[in-house]
Amino acid sequence: MVFNTDVTANFWAVAPEIALAIIGLIVLGLDLYSRESQRRDVGYFAGFLLLALAAATVFVPTPDGSLSEQLVLGGMLRHDQFTQIFRTMIYIAAALTCFIAMGDNRMRYKGEFYLLVIVATIGASLLAGASDLVMVFVALETLSISLYALAGFVRDDARSAESGLKYFLIGSFATGFTLYGFSLLYGFTGATQIYGPDGIGQQLAAGKLNDAPIIVAMMMIVVGFGFKISAVPFHFWTPDVYEGSPTAMTAFVSVASKAASFAVLLRFMLAVFPPEKLAVGAAADYSELWVPLISVLAVITMTIGNVVALVQKNIKRLLAYSSIAQAGYALMGVAAIATTDGGQGAASVAFYMFMYILTNILAFGCIIVFANATGSETIADFASLGRRNLWLAMFMTIALLSLGGIPPAAGFIGKFYLFRAAVDADLILLAVAGVLNSIIALYYYLVIIKVMFVDPSPDEDKDIPMPANYAWVLGAASLAVVLLGTVLANPVIDWATQAGLELFI
Amino acid sequence: MQLENTGVSIVSAVLFSPLVGVLVLLFWPRLTDKQVRIATLINTLVTFAFSLLMLSQFDSSKGMQMEQVDEWIAGLGIYYHVGVDGISIWLVMLTTFIMPIAVLASWTGIEEKVRLFHGFLLLLEVAMVGVFVSLDLFLFYIFWEVSLVPMYFMIGMWGSKDKVDFFGREMEARIYAAVKFFLYTVAGSILMLLAILYVGNKAETFDFMLIRDLMRSGQLVFTEETERLLFVGFFIAFAIKVPVWPLHSWLPDAHVQAPTAGSIILAGVLLKLGTYGLVRYNLEFFPNAAIDFAPYIGALAVIGIIYGAWVSYAQTDVKKLVAYSSVSHLGFVVLGIFAMNSAGIQGAVLQMVNHGVSTGGLFLLVGMLYERRHTKAINAFGGLWKIMPIYSGFALVIALSSMGLPGLNGFVGEFTILVGSAGSDTLDIWYTVLATIGIILAAVYILFMFNKVFMGPVTKQENQELEDLTWGGNWYELSALVALTVVIFVIGLYPKPFFELMDGAVGDLVAQLDATLQVAMK
Repeated sequence: MVFNTDVTANFWAVAPEIALAIIGLIVLGLDLYSRESQRRDVGYFAGFLLLALAAATVFVPTPDGSLSEQLVLGGMLRHDQFTQIFRTMIYIAAALTCFIAMGDNRMRYKGEFYLLVIVATIGASLLAGASDLVMVFVALETLSISLYALAGFVRDDARSAESGLKYFLIGSFATGFTLYGFSLLYGFTGATQIYGPDGIGQQLAAGKLNDAPIIVAMMMIVVGFGFKISAVPFHFWTPDVYEGSPTAMTAFVSVASKAASFAVLLRFMLAVFPPEKLAVGAAADYSELWVPLISVLAVITMTIGNVVALVQKNIKRLLAYSSIAQAGYALMGVAAIATTDGGQGAASVAFYMFMYILTNILAFGCIIVFANATGSETIADFASLGRRNLWLAMFMTIALLSLGGIPPAAGFIGKFYLFRAAVDADLILLAVAGVLNSIIALYYYLVIIKVMFVDPSPDEDKDIPMPANYAWVLGAASLAVVLLGTVLANPVIDWATQAGLELFI
Repeated sequence: MQLENTGVSIVSAVLFSPLVGVLVLLFWPRLTDKQVRIATLINTLVTFAFSLLMLSQFDSSKGMQMEQVDEWIAGLGIYYHVGVDGISIWLVMLTTFIMPIAVLASWTGIEEKVRLFHGFLLLLEVAMVGVFVSLDLFLFYIFWEVSLVPMYFMIGMWGSKDKVDFFGREMEARIYAAVKFFLYTVAGSILMLLAILYVGNKAETFDFMLIRDLMRSGQLVFTEETERLLFVGFFIAFAIKVPVWPLHSWLPDAHVQAPTAGSIILAGVLLKLGTYGLVRYNLEFFPNAAIDFAPYIGALAVIGIIYGAWVSYAQTDVKKLVAYSSVSHLGFVVLGIFAMNSAGIQGAVLQMVNHGVSTGGLFLLVGMLYERRHTKAINAFGGLWKIMPIYSGFALVIALSSMGLPGLNGFVGEFTILVGSAGSDTLDIWYTVLATIGIILAAVYILFMFNKVFMGPVTKQENQELEDLTWGGNWYELSALVALTVVIFVIGLYPKPFFELMDGAVGDLVAQLDATLQVAMK
């Protein structure tokens, strides 16, 4: 396999990560040399730089044309629009996480929080482009280890410590599975590179190997990634970790880690177990195996997620189960990639993740404001939020409507796109399951909206203050969710379509 | 397949002018309640003026017109495409006409969170007009879903204060009604989404006009089974909204719990989203399946007519009576649609408008009584004519119009529908016979109600002091009733222009249906 050896192209491919590393170092320095009272500004600093980086990444040129042009750094990374769109959304997620973390007294004065977020972002960002087993693993661990530390960040809070430990134990377990799968693949093919004529994918497609061990490897890898995206039945850590971690960290793990994992899952499945389109004249088509596997996973994931969410009393646990269900919807897009034309399946997942990042961070940001004022995370305590702070209630409503898939919030177009991809891929029953699940999901989102606007509360006349910086961030995120569902939908969908197409080069 | 972008059309002005009001109500720093009401009223009147302008430019010899096409989500083949034809224009007119009345109806009734309420009213107007003018299935679906949200809040936040027993637990009746309304409608519409996706996938476009052309030219054909499934996917969504018996059970709850303005809009316009959808999508896209299913749907319609009338008669609550009468009246509309001939469909379209005006009016009247007496029980009243002669006069006209008295609007619509169903190739004569019984029953329950509430001596002391309508005291109530009554008489006495304007569109649709029928009968 020939790789791109042009220095400029190689530089641009990792320029965002280099920038992230520099931002991280600056944040560390600022944290060391500034007085405690000024340390909150470190968060602003990190947030705005990350936002600027997200904007700049859009304009980073990618080598176009062939696969060999796009494979950089000796085949470790593939620098294409697919990498770019996922990177951009991950940076947006990191920036918003920094902004919403600033109101939490347990984190606002600690620069290392922002540093950990940035390091996790480096991992997630590399994961989106990784095209070599070694790179996938390194990126995955960079991301995961920072997240373990973040989950247990508030050391004197038992819940946070517990969630950190749980996340670490179960996460390591999952990593073990992934690694085992990788080692099998390496053992069979002698390659770590997933692309190219002598890469793992084409070797497997040539059909010279026994099916059974390859299926075992495939299972192992799906299990490992399944943990990361919290697909059922690998989801048990999700509610506990989401509930116990500091809310800003919950927001981050629920979006950035999930988006990066979906990126690598899409790329991995297409490259390592290529469908017919990507391995012309191949003897073995493993997509006939993993498409049903992922479809079943999708149906179980969304159904369990939604049904269990119905009975939750704690808002963070509810959002944990809702995020499991959301992963189930996105898995429909993954199932559709093998057979849709023009990479529509991958494009629909990319768009869905884009909207999901904005929406979920918006929801968690609202919860932070609420919990800071009232000290509660119980759904029943959201009663009369509409009277206590109308704007906060409206922001939360927009987030919930988007999660529920009601237009004009972006979630509607996201779901529409996923269902369309499933219908295009002739997975009609999968689409039906998705549609039925959307109805179940609407119920619990609606109940929260009802509680906020209708239920009486003894504290009705106590206003909930919303700090100005939160008002700006949440307002901007709400606006972004609505715009992404209306006038901005087209450019992002075009971009996602382009990203999906490039997976098939 | 590509569409050319066009210039801005007057239809967009009608569609988005309430959005200006929404933004003002959302962001204008300080407004008193009174200013909010006046601003909303002006906004809805301006929208009505725009729609009159649109009506004046309408050319009845053409089909779809005043179209506007703009690229929206090109990647998914989705366009912003709006336009009106002889069918949709009347429903747009109905919407823009009912909205000022809904604002006037909440002039004194809504006292909490006035700004939010009026914001939702205007948002609802955008959504409803959007459903009628959309010519892209995706756009249509968006407006269809958006219309649920404001109504959910209007019922849930400003609804009645009643309690209801929910599996042994006491619960606010308005919440029960709002959630039921929402889930019922969403459950139906999400099946429609699947059907839309399937059609869009096969046609490779979501554009209504392009799909229609593909179907008419025979380039897009479904197998019999697929066509039936798609028909059912659309039909259930619309049938829940109409509502067609036996999918009506959300309607009495929602109507009774909603605030007056909510009931007026619900009965006046929202239910017509369903009947409009039946005409526009079910008949247009799936004529073969429509012909196959017509006898069964006709049977449901007739059951709805008689059942609705029967249950209305038994009600002790005026608002519930009016709510159930809607089930009966919309049965006529569905019957007309599935008669699948010119008279049936024209009558159905006109009856949609009529029902909006008369039933909207009845809900307005009930709301006025409730504000004065804080009860809706029929036996709490009696002899109102002596106390409130002007109010009672209006009530008589509107009740008779709802009943279908010749000379008023209801008669024209129902009569045309019955002419259509009697001459229909899809429906047997018995449908018409049974539907006519429904008209008699309507006379029974409306006259009984009118008799108990308005005639005879004043039986209750509390009613002696009720305030009648005057220009000085409650101009907002009086002006709303005057506007409704004028329309009732105009349609009743001179319906010709209404039919003339829909001739083009209905004729076009019926020609297609006839062709399909000819093939089917051979």
